[in-house]
Amino acid sequence: MAMTMTQKILAAHAGLDSVSAGQLILANVDMVLGNDITSPVAIREYKKLGRDSVFDKEKVAMVMDHFAPNKDIKAAEQCKMCRNFCGDMDITNFYDVGQMGVEHALLPERGLVVSGDVVIGADSHTCTYGALGAFSTGVGSTDMACGMATGKAWFKVPSALKFELKGKLNKDVYGKDVILHIIGMIGVDGALYKSMEFCGEGLHTLSVSDRLCMANMAIEAGAKNGIFEVDDQTLSFIREAGGKEPTVYAADADAEYEQTYVIDLSEIKPTVAFPHLPENTHTVDEIDDIAIDQVVIGSCTNGRLEDLVIAAAVLKGRQVKKGVRTIVIPATQKIYMQAMEMGLLKTFIEAGATVSTPTCGPCLGGHMGILAEGERAVATTNRNFVGRMGHPKSEVYLASPAVAAASAITGKISQPSDLD
Amino acid sequence: MKFQGDVIKYGDNVDTDVIIPARYLNTIDKKELASHCMEDLDQTFVSRVKQGDIMVAGFNFGCGSSREHAPIAIKESGIALVIAKSFARIFYRNSINIGLPIIECPEAAEAIAEGNRLDVDMDQGIIRNVTTGAEYKTEPFPEFVQKIITSGGLIESIKKGTIQ
Repeated sequence: MAMTMTQKILAAHAGLDSVSAGQLILANVDMVLGNDITSPVAIREYKKLGRDSVFDKEKVAMVMDHFAPNKDIKAAEQCKMCRNFCGDMDITNFYDVGQMGVEHALLPERGLVVSGDVVIGADSHTCTYGALGAFSTGVGSTDMACGMATGKAWFKVPSALKFELKGKLNKDVYGKDVILHIIGMIGVDGALYKSMEFCGEGLHTLSVSDRLCMANMAIEAGAKNGIFEVDDQTLSFIREAGGKEPTVYAADADAEYEQTYVIDLSEIKPTVAFPHLPENTHTVDEIDDIAIDQVVIGSCTNGRLEDLVIAAAVLKGRQVKKGVRTIVIPATQKIYMQAMEMGLLKTFIEAGATVSTPTCGPCLGGHMGILAEGERAVATTNRNFVGRMGHPKSEVYLASPAVAAASAITGKISQPSDLD
Repeated sequence: MKFQGDVIKYGDNVDTDVIIPARYLNTIDKKELASHCMEDLDQTFVSRVKQGDIMVAGFNFGCGSSREHAPIAIKESGIALVIAKSFARIFYRNSINIGLPIIECPEAAEAIAEGNRLDVDMDQGIIRNVTTGAEYKTEPFPEFVQKIITSGGLIESIKKGTIQ
């Protein structure tokens, strides 16, 4: 029976020769992930099971990134609960302040996820690792608890949408623009319960960083997972990260897809999602002046080194507009260090931006850049729901690091070519 | 499972950030979470919701974050059942796992209005609108999912060995 890439990974992890869409399976997982917000609920549930050890202490990861460094006493208590649990359970991959980074930037960087893995994470953006050819999906805390106990998770095998990429991105256009374009095209529930499988010759022209950004936002189209064909770039990324030996799965030529979309990368323009849904997309060249109060460059979507390089290239030798609070958040300590060594942090600070320690912080309205009533931000993050970055009457516009940096300089939504 | 209750109705794409804003996720206390339920969408919800009320909504209910705090807040607020045109998948899973009954039924979710009284029989798959007299047939859960629900959620099914 012909299978998609996702179906092949699931079949292998369920010990089955083949699976088909709609089938309910129990699969072995290679990694169970949680953060400082979702893990406390999982720990509470886990304790009800009365087990004194997790299924595999190497295969659980807990990352203190959302409200860490602790934003208040309650957040401190939640991190403490995670810290104690990981200590008691002798969990290897516990990442606290000093080692931590935004979880979905951290795990690939440390080689904790490789092609062919099944990963569940109590965070919706766990789908990020599909960029590396893994099946990874967001779940809730109870799933996380049961995953930690049994090393298994139940899944309904998804059907799939195929995205055949061709051509090459133009200057100032990035993976973020492609995924925003796609979400604008299919809608926030356009891939509900389904896999989004990316393939085609155009895929090879995208950096792994662009792919991570695109897979990250598969959830914003409602998808169960987003997954990219594995190529040499993927394998060298995993090698450099020191990951275990990957297993490469490819979709069968006659695998069934509900729909195939051909995306010509050369036609994509810098794109922004207006409030309050990621599907409200417009290309930057067609919008009127929209004045902004804040810019956030960071997050699991766009906080990698490549993103900071792009933003710094735009900001170099320029000044952010007076009144636009520009916050740059390297996603991990390693990225922070590299950005420092490359002089990017100097560029940001000289331009009038501020640089923060790694955290999810403002992306979900936690801390480090909350918006007041009526304020507007351009952010390289992933969601622009009501109240997402602060006051319910504030607004978030989603964009690439290039657009965010250009907007910081002009004080309105702009693209780098507007600065010439 | 049978339910009888009054309807509180919302539209499409009700996301988990409005169900329970992230600024309140520094606690796992169920009552505290419930006290902020729906706050950024409907500030009147907490004061008007009654034990046993039924929430009805449009497409893609519960989209966004994987926070289990969202179905927990809804359940703890007194809502007995959520009927929607469709559910975002993580919310759907979380609801089953924590034992918040949900029904996907586009036809019923379209027609049912705020304040209607419903009579719902989940085993038979029937939603009856007591106010209008209309009746809707729903799809039962797959057997695997029913096992989780009848065991009392995922944790209980593992404890009882329903799921290995």
